[in-house]
Amino acid sequence: MIAALRCVIVRDLLLAVRRSSDVLTVLLFFVIVVSLFPLGIGPDPELLRTIAPGVIWVAALLASMLALQRIFASDHADGTLEQMLLGASPLGMTVAAKVFAHWLVSGLPLVLISPVLALQFNFPQEMLGVLTLSLALGTPVLSLIGAIGAALTLGLRGGGALLSLLVLPLYVPVLIMGAGSAEAAAAGIGGQAQLLLLGALLVFAGAFAPWAVAVALRISTE
Amino acid sequence: MNWFKYSSPQSFFPLAGRIALGFGALALLTCVAGLYIGFFRAPTDAQQGEAYRIIFIHVPAAWMSMFLYLVMAFWAGWGLAFNTRLSSMMASAIAPTGAMFTFVALWTGSLWGKPTWGTWWVWDARLTSELILLFLYFGFMALQAAIDDARRADKAGAVLALVGVVNVPIIYFSVKWWNTLHQGASISLTKSPTMAATMLTGMAVMAFGFWFYSIAAVLMRARCIMLERERASDWATRYARGST
Repeated sequence: MIAALRCVIVRDLLLAVRRSSDVLTVLLFFVIVVSLFPLGIGPDPELLRTIAPGVIWVAALLASMLALQRIFASDHADGTLEQMLLGASPLGMTVAAKVFAHWLVSGLPLVLISPVLALQFNFPQEMLGVLTLSLALGTPVLSLIGAIGAALTLGLRGGGALLSLLVLPLYVPVLIMGAGSAEAAAAGIGGQAQLLLLGALLVFAGAFAPWAVAVALRISTE
Repeated sequence: MNWFKYSSPQSFFPLAGRIALGFGALALLTCVAGLYIGFFRAPTDAQQGEAYRIIFIHVPAAWMSMFLYLVMAFWAGWGLAFNTRLSSMMASAIAPTGAMFTFVALWTGSLWGKPTWGTWWVWDARLTSELILLFLYFGFMALQAAIDDARRADKAGAVLALVGVVNVPIIYFSVKWWNTLHQGASISLTKSPTMAATMLTGMAVMAFGFWFYSIAAVLMRARCIMLERERASDWATRYARGST
């Protein structure tokens, strides 16, 4: 089973590398959305420092949403998904591997680039770690929850807008905890509580979301 | 008595009509009585003046908005687990009523907030959760509307409702989790109520009124869904022709 998991992950990563423009598009979208806020709000360093965690987190939410449809869309189009549904390895595990690969491609780059963007917002240097850690804990939750929405809207017309309507309300706790941790750290009261809750959300979503995705995939392909 | 008899749309359809009629009448009576108690009998609040009277609509609407989501998720989950058609139809029928009550709770809360807090809207945990609940209802309805195949719509909506039901406890406990502007709950089962008995009566009567209204409205909508989905069957055709 471990071999099957590794196979799925390696395959998805290979596909992503062969079509690296998709990965870059999401990353650039993230960077551009974050850069738009100072242009809209004004270059006041104090204001930017206050809104930095919130802006980066909202942008991460939108960017991860943008990437969601790709988790299953191409596999659904060429029939690979049906083979996975019929395959011997448990569907929940396959889904978990796919979501993990998807996070490596679409979530991890956001985590890695976020400190640079935070510096643009005059965010205190010593707090960058908290912000990055919150994103590292939070973006996998976004991928896990989002995969449920992606599986439910598979092959539907108007998928993108519908997907955002389904998924964004469910993202709210992650956003509150994620942005809250960095804000609390910047305010000097420490973001540990929020980070712990974020970790709890990750464990919870990691345990149950793949199972829900598996159910949703069976519904969408029957 | 065979309970499964009413799990088929054909036999439930006339029963739903009779129940809806009865509860509709009850809803009218209790709402009129509740509003009368609330607006003419209940004393003026010492701190909030007359503005507080909106709670006779606001609090029962907020209760119903959360309760209906649970009921919806229950029927949707039941339909998913046991593959019963009628339970999924009930879930679809509940969603618009639940969304309506959520909207009413937000709207009246805003009307109450202006004179009391001095603002139409604050980003307090409970307000925010209620807003998210409204989005969840919209998401459920939008997903079902986007899927043409009724059975797939039922099941996909059920998964979404069950995932979203995690949100309802967050609404309820948010008051304790985040210490914010919204006052704590005034009604508690363990402590004696902090409000006058007349106010409590008015609110309870209104809550029952909204409850009865929900039952009536949901069953009427369920009847429409049943007719639409079973339009190929004999009984639906006979009903549509007017010879029930």
